[in-house]
Amino acid sequence: MLPAEEDVPAADAPTIVELSPDDVLRARTEAVAKVGIGRDADHLLEVRGLSTHFYTPDGIVQAVDDVSFDVGYGETLGLVGESGCGKSVSALSIARLVPDPPGKIVAGEILFDGIDVLKLSAEDMRKLRGKEIGFIFQDPLTSLNPTLTIGYQIGEAIREHLGLSDKAAQERIVELLSKVGIPRARERLKDYPFQFSGGMRQRVMIAIALSCDPKLILADEPTTALDVTIQAQILELIQRLSDEFSTAVLLITHDLGIAAGMCDRVNVMYAGRIVETGTVDELFENPQMPYAWGLLDSLPRIDDIRGERLRTIDGMPPLLIRPAAACRFNPRCAYARDICRSSEPGLTARGNGDHMARCWATETEGWIA
Amino acid sequence: MATNQQAIPATAVQTRQSSGVWRDAIGRLRKNRLAVVGFFGVCFLLFLGVFGPMLAPWPYYAQDTAAVAANGFKPIPPFQDPSHILGTDGLGQDMLSRMLDGARISLTVALVVQLVVLLIGVPIGALAGWYSGSRLDNGLMRFTDVMYAFPDLLLIILFSVAFRETAFGQAMNGLLLVFVAIGLTAWVTVARLVRGQFLSLKEMEFVEAAQAIGVSDRNIVIRHLLPNGISPIIVAVTLGIPAAILAEATLAYIGVGVQPPRASWGSLIAAGQPFIRSYPHLTYLPGIMIAAALISFTFLGDGLRDALDPKLKGKQ
Repeated sequence: MLPAEEDVPAADAPTIVELSPDDVLRARTEAVAKVGIGRDADHLLEVRGLSTHFYTPDGIVQAVDDVSFDVGYGETLGLVGESGCGKSVSALSIARLVPDPPGKIVAGEILFDGIDVLKLSAEDMRKLRGKEIGFIFQDPLTSLNPTLTIGYQIGEAIREHLGLSDKAAQERIVELLSKVGIPRARERLKDYPFQFSGGMRQRVMIAIALSCDPKLILADEPTTALDVTIQAQILELIQRLSDEFSTAVLLITHDLGIAAGMCDRVNVMYAGRIVETGTVDELFENPQMPYAWGLLDSLPRIDDIRGERLRTIDGMPPLLIRPAAACRFNPRCAYARDICRSSEPGLTARGNGDHMARCWATETEGWIA
Repeated sequence: MATNQQAIPATAVQTRQSSGVWRDAIGRLRKNRLAVVGFFGVCFLLFLGVFGPMLAPWPYYAQDTAAVAANGFKPIPPFQDPSHILGTDGLGQDMLSRMLDGARISLTVALVVQLVVLLIGVPIGALAGWYSGSRLDNGLMRFTDVMYAFPDLLLIILFSVAFRETAFGQAMNGLLLVFVAIGLTAWVTVARLVRGQFLSLKEMEFVEAAQAIGVSDRNIVIRHLLPNGISPIIVAVTLGIPAAILAEATLAYIGVGVQPPRASWGSLIAAGQPFIRSYPHLTYLPGIMIAAALISFTFLGDGLRDALDPKLKGKQ
């Protein structure tokens, strides 16, 4: 599962047949080595100090609090964390799809390809969505309109943004549908979503996301609703097509295995904050934050003893209403000391400049080596 | 895969049965005996409305003075005179012919009123539902409430009287005006229904998905929400038809709307009522027609409601 093993020779060009996450990982590592996607590329997306709050009757929920990250051109960035840590809201904020009310982006800057997304008019934003930024949702069963044909729904963004003739649009729809691995694509255009299985519907969603050749795809837990076999296929498909279209992907997941297999870099989020960020290799080999250890530790392992309970992180994520000025993980942290309860650590570098963590204990003068 | 497909002989490839929403619904409708009865009743009525005046033995205005004179200037009861199977009224006008013409009026009511209802109710409900919570929603819904609270009959009468002299008021022998007036009071239910539909539909994920690919609000409402909310609208419209027919009959009974020599079922009842003891056929014949029309449309509407409810799928 971990990206360290390089002893197995890389697989050939992946096909749509099932692939294990390790195969996916290998293909990915190769692609990165070949194209050199990664840290030196200019940033397609720059998120600076993003704060998104929800105004609820109980108070202001600071779902995303001062979050900054970059996504390079063609890069795949993972956003991992527990439910409710602000992953999805971050993605929705980028596309400005946070439901308002009750949500509101209260601070920050989102530069997409040099455009300040938050300053765009609603109409300009609409033109950006689907054309430059694709979105893959969690549940393909509910994200497709049951009353419209697959062909219509794939063609929707094309018609809305590209202004192709009906015939050209039709050709592109067929091409997309075959690209995502739907057999007899032309015949299936007139079919309705209920005639497709869950995996096929997610393929259709991917075709929709890619329909206008976007620069960035926001994939919000794209495989959560699918079973494991289909999951691997869908991930492989996203990976292959994002390479082929050189599309950057912001992959939101709570599955560290997926993040390890798919991403170039990973941000770990906790309670609306980024608590650790780094390349996949560093983060998985040398995590610098007790929360990340906990996440890694709670993964089921092949050598686990049968019948033993899986490990968990004790406690619950904190409420995001008026968070205290303290490390947000301290109530659940086995290593917490007084400083953790009285002031919040900054996101500081660990080792080389790319790996950063938010933890007093693993700072250079901290108490964990 | 591709090579396999080539190998399969054409006959072996089954053409997939398209089993769409509508197919399923029709299948369920056909199993509902009352709905089938209603459906045929409605078809029969449609047939009468379209072709009735051609089949009628007499023009609706014709007075067979010779026949009534022979009957002592009294209405001829049914099955007495072979040229007037259902009898005549006191003026010698053939009841069958007048009722067939009345069917056309009733059908026009059904169409025009429901058209007005759809044209007003759906856009208002859609706007209010899509922009729910906004000032627009508030304004539209309070207006709807006011219309709902206003006495229908009074509004229709006021409206009819106010526009009676205009070209619009004269159109179709004054009938169009009455129909539009009925429609103007009937759209509120549909508006509320559509708004309610939209309130729940716009929270669906496919709406968010459509927004995420930059579909305009207009297209989301028209292409995504309306088709999903169409079933209850169809049911409401079907069930609204008998209400409209009844409203027209009520108005005709009190003398608003269709004017002699033309007659709707309602005005036939009104005309026959003074003689209800001696010549009951003048009242009960058009009464039977009204009842039959109401029951047919109601059965069909109820059946459609059950058939179009996906939650009932597979039951019955």
